[in-house]
Amino acid sequence: MIYLRLFLSFFQIGLFSFGGGYAAMPLIQHQLVTLHGWLNMTEFSDIITISQMTPGPIAVNGATFAGIRLAGIGGALAATFGCILPSTVIAIILAKLYYKYRGLSFMKGVMNGLRPAVVAMIASAGLSILMLALWNGAFDIKSTDLIAAGIFLAALAVLRIFKIDQIWVMLAAGVLGAVLYALV
Amino acid sequence: MKRGIKTYITLFLSTLRISAFTFGGGFVIIPMLKRQFVDVLHWLDEDEMLDLVAIAQSTPGAIAVNASVLIGYRIAGIAGAVTTAIGSVLPPLVILAVISMFYTAFRDNTVVGYVLKGMQAGVCAVIIDVVITMAWNVIKDKRVFPICIMAASFIAAFVFEINVMYIVIVCGLVGVTFMRPKKGDGAQ
Repeated sequence: MIYLRLFLSFFQIGLFSFGGGYAAMPLIQHQLVTLHGWLNMTEFSDIITISQMTPGPIAVNGATFAGIRLAGIGGALAATFGCILPSTVIAIILAKLYYKYRGLSFMKGVMNGLRPAVVAMIASAGLSILMLALWNGAFDIKSTDLIAAGIFLAALAVLRIFKIDQIWVMLAAGVLGAVLYALV
Repeated sequence: MKRGIKTYITLFLSTLRISAFTFGGGFVIIPMLKRQFVDVLHWLDEDEMLDLVAIAQSTPGAIAVNASVLIGYRIAGIAGAVTTAIGSVLPPLVILAVISMFYTAFRDNTVVGYVLKGMQAGVCAVIIDVVITMAWNVIKDKRVFPICIMAASFIAAFVFEINVMYIVIVCGLVGVTFMRPKKGDGAQ
């Protein structure tokens, strides 16, 4: 039964992909391309491309894409459900432990150590995307994408100065992108 | 926290909207969630938000989904977690379902490419905005350990591209060894 097999494959991907994001990529490739032959390598690399261009985690995108190709909307639902079920259950168990023990000095010490690290990891992820947006990944001041840089600085200024909803800032950035890139 | 139907609707719509704009996945969603649930709704404080992110990071699977699930759980229990889980996977599910039907045309469309490039720059601004605020909160306390941990983690993640799982483990150990609240330190 294809629904169950999709569910189980993505259950494993969801369970074993630590580190988030692209850490799931080799697992998805192993399950879908190598093990089951559900997708060929071209289709797999298309998933990566589309994932970069669309919202959502790569594992969920892969689940939807592969699920639809193999068994329609039902397949997409089965694969996506399998993909998020293990992490959801584990996250809730960890949250229960956190709320139960966060008064302990042990737990407070761990969290005091983790908080600045989390800020740093967000900063790192943000700068990686900035590099991608402005320099296509490799820093070179001469090949700066000036339109992207302009949109970035304008959006940052608006966010810092006004308490405006971020969604509007991003929609405006998208419209600006379409207009400016088309004109230049 | 009163758990009326309005709470669930707000949870659902917040994660739905944020997820629909989280290009590239991963940590990108965290600044968005932080802005919405800490700064706009005031349902969480910043420390608790960072703790939940650390838990999301320590859990397998997509961090975007994990963080949404944890916030839902914190605000409205298991039902809240289910609400935010659905809210966060629905946009990619629907968008990918549509795209997979004609993805070569989508991939090669120039206007779509322009819009996405513009939005990518906008996403960067949202992240950097939140990072500036959070990093300043660490720095202005002028305590040595948090500032060193932040700097070292940044170098490890950005320059050396070390797997974030190891960073989480090391910083947790440093914290439990050197950063436990001292007795009588009620403000901790």
